[in-house]
Amino acid sequence: MQEKVQQKLKILADAAKFDVSCASSGNSRKNKGGIGNAVAAGICHSFTDDGRCISLFKILMTNNCIYDCAYCINRRTNDRPRATFTVQEIVDLTINFYRRNYIEGLFLSSGVIKNPDYTMERMMLVAKKLRLEERYFGYIHMKAIPGANQDLIQQAGKYADRLSVNIEIPTEFQLKKLAPEKNYQSVLQPMNQIKEGIQIYKEERKKYRRIPKFTPAGQSTQLIVGATPESDRQILQLSSSFYNQQQLKRVYYSGYLPVNEYDKRLPAMQSPPLVRENRLYQSDWLMRFYQFSADEILTEEHPFLDLDVDPKLAYALRNLHMFPVDINRADYPLILRVPGIGVQSAKMIVDARRFRRLTSYHLKKIGVVMKRAQYFITCNELAGRVLDWEPSRLKSHIVAESQMKKRKAGDTQLMLFPPQARITGQPKQLYF
Amino acid sequence: MAYIVYDGSFEGFLSVVFHCYQYKITPSDICKDANFQDILFADKETVATDEQRAARVWKAVQKKLHKRNKQLLFKAFLSEETDIELMLYRFIRRLLDSNFSIETDYGDTNVLQLKKLERKVMQEAARMLQFVRFQETKDGIFFAPIEPAYDVLPFVIRHFKNRFADQQWLIYDLKRDYGFFYDLKKAEEVVLSEKSFSTTDGKVDSNFLEEDEVAYQTLWKDYFNSINIKARKNLKLQRQHMPRRYWKFLPEKQ
Repeated sequence: MQEKVQQKLKILADAAKFDVSCASSGNSRKNKGGIGNAVAAGICHSFTDDGRCISLFKILMTNNCIYDCAYCINRRTNDRPRATFTVQEIVDLTINFYRRNYIEGLFLSSGVIKNPDYTMERMMLVAKKLRLEERYFGYIHMKAIPGANQDLIQQAGKYADRLSVNIEIPTEFQLKKLAPEKNYQSVLQPMNQIKEGIQIYKEERKKYRRIPKFTPAGQSTQLIVGATPESDRQILQLSSSFYNQQQLKRVYYSGYLPVNEYDKRLPAMQSPPLVRENRLYQSDWLMRFYQFSADEILTEEHPFLDLDVDPKLAYALRNLHMFPVDINRADYPLILRVPGIGVQSAKMIVDARRFRRLTSYHLKKIGVVMKRAQYFITCNELAGRVLDWEPSRLKSHIVAESQMKKRKAGDTQLMLFPPQARITGQPKQLYF
Repeated sequence: MAYIVYDGSFEGFLSVVFHCYQYKITPSDICKDANFQDILFADKETVATDEQRAARVWKAVQKKLHKRNKQLLFKAFLSEETDIELMLYRFIRRLLDSNFSIETDYGDTNVLQLKKLERKVMQEAARMLQFVRFQETKDGIFFAPIEPAYDVLPFVIRHFKNRFADQQWLIYDLKRDYGFFYDLKKAEEVVLSEKSFSTTDGKVDSNFLEEDEVAYQTLWKDYFNSINIKARKNLKLQRQHMPRRYWKFLPEKQ
């Protein structure tokens, strides 16, 4: 019995690993005489060897699938071990992991078996069983299966904290190409429905105190980056519209891993585009916490993110006329735009400058990365250095400076022998 | 040159503050009893802990602090940093002297340092929520050993009480040799004289473990390994989020 579960767990966890979303934040639910609660800030319980957090018990209900999407490892035509959990098995695993404080909740996704309705119903049953029979009040994140009956999604929303529908491919045209059996509308439809459900709940909540919550932690989605030729600008504009119009809580970006190398519709790749993915997340943060809009991060002339420098620095270099910013006077939003100053530092600066004029010494202590910020600010004694610089030169200067850090260890030690006289066989050191 | 020695408790420290105000002393060092080394040319004074006096200082300080900083002093005190007493003393002096709030004066090294220490202590508390791992024993008690860098156990008890309201649990601090036991009604401080678990890595003797316990640990390990994407290996990032010192308590890292 246990071996069977173990086998299934391995297969279905392995199949679920490409789903990036793992947040357990956004809702605080009290424990009403059972087990579990939800903490608004979210808690990560472990970190895998790839550095990603394990907050939720992320699992597929089944990796059998009727679809044949080019980018997916679980596509119908792949020869892989397949498994399906029963409802009770998932419930048992979740509760027992939860009781040992391994996890913060359940993330349930699934391949589509038989038809979307059947799949969605079984997923919904897991959540229902957890909530009603096990009296479980912890976090549940569920995938809404595109094409499933509206009532089922509505019910799922009552038990789950967060629902998500993965877009995966940013544009309709490319989706048609890679997943001909799916259509864009069937993906957007549940997304709209969830959005409306949340809006209705909020309206009703104003009138009545006790009505059942509907996906209190909102919804999220995921985009695959690098499998299709979309520009970063297109991707960011899409996620920006998700945030603003669909009121999504999170958009995740997943650097494309060549899982189906034989498929000629997909680009050949040596390694996943990790830097690009990182830059997209940085841009995402700029939109959510730094009051940037998608159009500010990438303009029509620059549709791709610069891989050498982060998007905030790139923005500053493109808009040097806005700088230098006077730390002791400028408004909070403007301080937030300075490269090297994060949300925490910016808030501390605004708080601290009420007491005294801040100098570069203070800024450093507060935690501002002066290496970057110095070119974009004036404070008590620093002269604005930005006027002297050509954007492209400043950029290469900052990039070189940041690489300096890695070289320093070798550079500070004086050489006993001139470089050419060193013993061969040692790794060559680069001199600039 | 006044060297003041106290017993090392937070109340003791507050009594010192009271003492300094009473006799108008500016201390050149405030030192825990255990850490004190005799100095030839200095007046050494030992201040006894007086709960009433401590309460008076605490109350006076609370009046001046913003709601969100009510616990700032205590949390920073827990960091056990060298010189923390002097830092706190200077802070209290300035706080009580000034007419307006000085808690956000981050240009002041003293204030900034206290804030940073507070953050450090609270981060350790947050890590407890993340990395506590329970083992189920035969008598149905879920046991978790911990070894936090600072004494933050009291801060996290409420969280576990709310979350695991329907199971008995015991969280034990191996380093400081005390813990909290929850008996489905209230969580109480306990000190165990006889231990059926290892005092180094907190493993419960296998005779006392519930049957399924090992099985679930294995399942969890399998899950942990299967959810990893090998192509994206990044051990440095892993260690950054989950420092090595917690690993001995994590079944997935055994």
